[in-house]
Amino acid sequence: VEARSLTGRDLGGSPEIVLHARRERQGGWLDWLTTTDHKKIGIMYLFATFVFFIIGGAEALVMRLQLAQPNGTVVTPETYNGLVTMHGTTMIFLFVVPVLAGFGNYLIPLMIGARDMAFPRLNALSFWLLLFGGMAFYTSIFFDPPRAGWTMYAPLSDDSYSPTGGVDAWIFLIHLTGISSLMGAINFVATIQNMRAKGMSWSRMPLFAWTILVYSYLLIIALPAVATAVTMLLTDRHFGTAFFDPTGGGDPLLWQHLFWFFGHPEVYIMVLPAFGMVSEILPVFSGKPIFGYKAIAASTVAIAFLSLLVWVHHMFATPTATVVLAFFMLSSFTIAVPTGIKIFNWIATLWRGQIVFKTPLMFAAAVPALFVVGGISGVILAIFPVDWQLTDTYFVVAHLHYVLFGGSVFGIFAGLYYWFPKMSGRMLSESLGKTSFWTMFVGFNLTFLVQHSAGLSGMPRRIYDYSSDLHVGTYNLISTIGSFILGAGVLLTVINVLYSVKHGKRAGNDPWKGNTLEWFTQSPPPVNNFDVIPRIRSVEPMKDIRREVSAGVRAAETVSQPAAARSV
Amino acid sequence: MMRRALPRRRTRLVLLAALAAVAIALLVAAPGAFADALTPESGGSPNADDIDTIYKITLYVAIVIFLIVEGTLIWSLVRHRARRGGPEAAQIRGNTPLELGWTIGAALILVVLTVVTFVYLGDIKNPPPSDPDGLASQAEFASVDQPAPPAGGGPYLNIQVNGRQYLWRYDYPGDEQLFSYYEMVVPTGTTVTLDVRASDVIHSWWIPKLGGKVDGVPGHVNKTWFKIPRGKEGTYIGQCAELCGINHADMRAKVRAVTPEQFTSWAMKTREDIRRAGAALGAQRKQRAKEGELE
Repeated sequence: VEARSLTGRDLGGSPEIVLHARRERQGGWLDWLTTTDHKKIGIMYLFATFVFFIIGGAEALVMRLQLAQPNGTVVTPETYNGLVTMHGTTMIFLFVVPVLAGFGNYLIPLMIGARDMAFPRLNALSFWLLLFGGMAFYTSIFFDPPRAGWTMYAPLSDDSYSPTGGVDAWIFLIHLTGISSLMGAINFVATIQNMRAKGMSWSRMPLFAWTILVYSYLLIIALPAVATAVTMLLTDRHFGTAFFDPTGGGDPLLWQHLFWFFGHPEVYIMVLPAFGMVSEILPVFSGKPIFGYKAIAASTVAIAFLSLLVWVHHMFATPTATVVLAFFMLSSFTIAVPTGIKIFNWIATLWRGQIVFKTPLMFAAAVPALFVVGGISGVILAIFPVDWQLTDTYFVVAHLHYVLFGGSVFGIFAGLYYWFPKMSGRMLSESLGKTSFWTMFVGFNLTFLVQHSAGLSGMPRRIYDYSSDLHVGTYNLISTIGSFILGAGVLLTVINVLYSVKHGKRAGNDPWKGNTLEWFTQSPPPVNNFDVIPRIRSVEPMKDIRREVSAGVRAAETVSQPAAARSV
Repeated sequence: MMRRALPRRRTRLVLLAALAAVAIALLVAAPGAFADALTPESGGSPNADDIDTIYKITLYVAIVIFLIVEGTLIWSLVRHRARRGGPEAAQIRGNTPLELGWTIGAALILVVLTVVTFVYLGDIKNPPPSDPDGLASQAEFASVDQPAPPAGGGPYLNIQVNGRQYLWRYDYPGDEQLFSYYEMVVPTGTTVTLDVRASDVIHSWWIPKLGGKVDGVPGHVNKTWFKIPRGKEGTYIGQCAELCGINHADMRAKVRAVTPEQFTSWAMKTREDIRRAGAALGAQRKQRAKEGELE
């Protein structure tokens, strides 16, 4: 093992060995199968979840084709209900939640200056359980997929109305991915609480690490509720219990309470880490520190806490006392305040900056632009008398996609463009990236903006066809055209990744002049991440290190490694 | 230089003028052409109208917030994009008064929306009395099982709505059986209260112009009402709004509003039809029992 030492000036006694020139062992596929390295596990997470994203997206496009005009005949109602269920389940349980775990896995140890996650083997198990959960679920398409929607409301999901095994495959998925997420969450908590670099106090922790920490706590609190619910559904279906069956003394509303007690925190589980990525990316490209670091960190915690108190706003049309509805309207309102704080802080971060328009910045800046629409429609939906008109319509479909696609997925794409150079050592193509951004941005708004109007005109969600009497044909046609533009935009990024991973420009250690510690090491980082971990003196350690370099107290090689100097 | 600069400025002016013209045209056309696209359905019943009003007030507030957020965002992005020789990026880490300001501002807006909601809530929740020229005077349809009598004292027409895969059934009050499927016939000028149930899976009753949804949940009774004013006779369409199985999309519903006089004659005729059908069935049953086909 040859270790090249690039010693800077003496910093507090001992010389630093900063760069590590040892090449990783190339073990082929067996190495991937047996790895416990957080970076390899992270990449496997990202690869697997993007495959599920493409599958879920294809399902959406088939639905859009069916709905392009009244009385569509592209698919049967059976297939359509299967697609509705598969699309929602895939995007939530197999894409957005685990893709964030993937980014967290790859980045958290690097960002906090750790050499791996706290429990590397548990980490590997998390990934494999996710994959097996996804596979168990998708095998159901070969016999009989579930058709009761991703919310799987009882009694429709009970054995009397869904007698085939599709719902059981879904229950398998919830349990396997649930255990995967729980173990992953415990791992993140242990890592972030115990393994931060010297000097990295809570107030110097990167905002992305804050959001992953909160994401993990939310998973630990929320997942047991859905695990309980699906176990009860399983025994209702197969062992004669009647938790959700009114003829046996049960209550269908119990399912909804348990499901949404998990389901609403789940929304913030999906959104907060994407917000964390935006909070990392905007300062780097505007050349400014993040505006109101403490307010952003505190609002993350506030949103997470409040998200546990709003679940009945999914049930405003059920037989529930008005005083309960009023409580849940007010609690839902209060979430708008910390969310608004985040959006204003992001804009203030851009204000008076020197904004460099690279692809990550564009995707990150799109997040507040699009999420504000989802936030506003969320406040409208929280007003329960208005919700009586809008719930279960395409207005809600539009709202949730502005939140989860406009908020999370655009954030995830920003993260992909920002951290791909670190993960692969190569840059993604800027021109292809920007084309992909604009195509996705236009396609997204075409698809989902008009869906508000479709819902307002009386189009319920989850219907396989609609009558021309509803006068929503034009909206649906625009939406279908938009969805294919959106799909093309996503495809451009896929092409970009596949091309650049082999042929992209060499990135070097720190192509964006980042703020956080992952840019201190090589791209891609060596197995042990860092030989020496610098002491953390602020929330922007890399700024401090660059300052030391320009002051001559640290060797320049420790932050920027020219591509030619890479050892081969 | 001057000669080149002038046409460019003119093109820019023309462009600006064109943009302004389009914006004005949109604003002028908006109330007519877009009102329907931007607001919920209403016009059939006062509760739907009140919901529409709350929605519109919220929408106006929302449009202002939307324009402020998108405006400052786009302005920041365009105005402060990196230029060679541009000013240094301002190293600002926060501004406590500003941050407190927008926190309190956001909270105040929500307080306003809460007040607006509670101002209209009573009128949306509580059914008003029937009009004097409604069906109210006809004791035959008076409902006695209402928890609280309406303020004006007029009785309601109470209809039992039952959802099942994939059909709605409506049972009318009265000693003699009166029911229908899919199409609900109601008198105008009369407050119609609905008790919504479901007998298999969860369904959701929704006629957009007549107010919000109510879920029919097995084991529960959910209540709503509507009141179609005199002069608004016609059909109001809707459909089940909760995924209830394969043919969920085809579980449609229709409310046909007729004058109280037409309603009374419809009720008499339908009762007669049901009685006749029942008698015919009874006769057939007796005949088949005689032939040994039935127990």
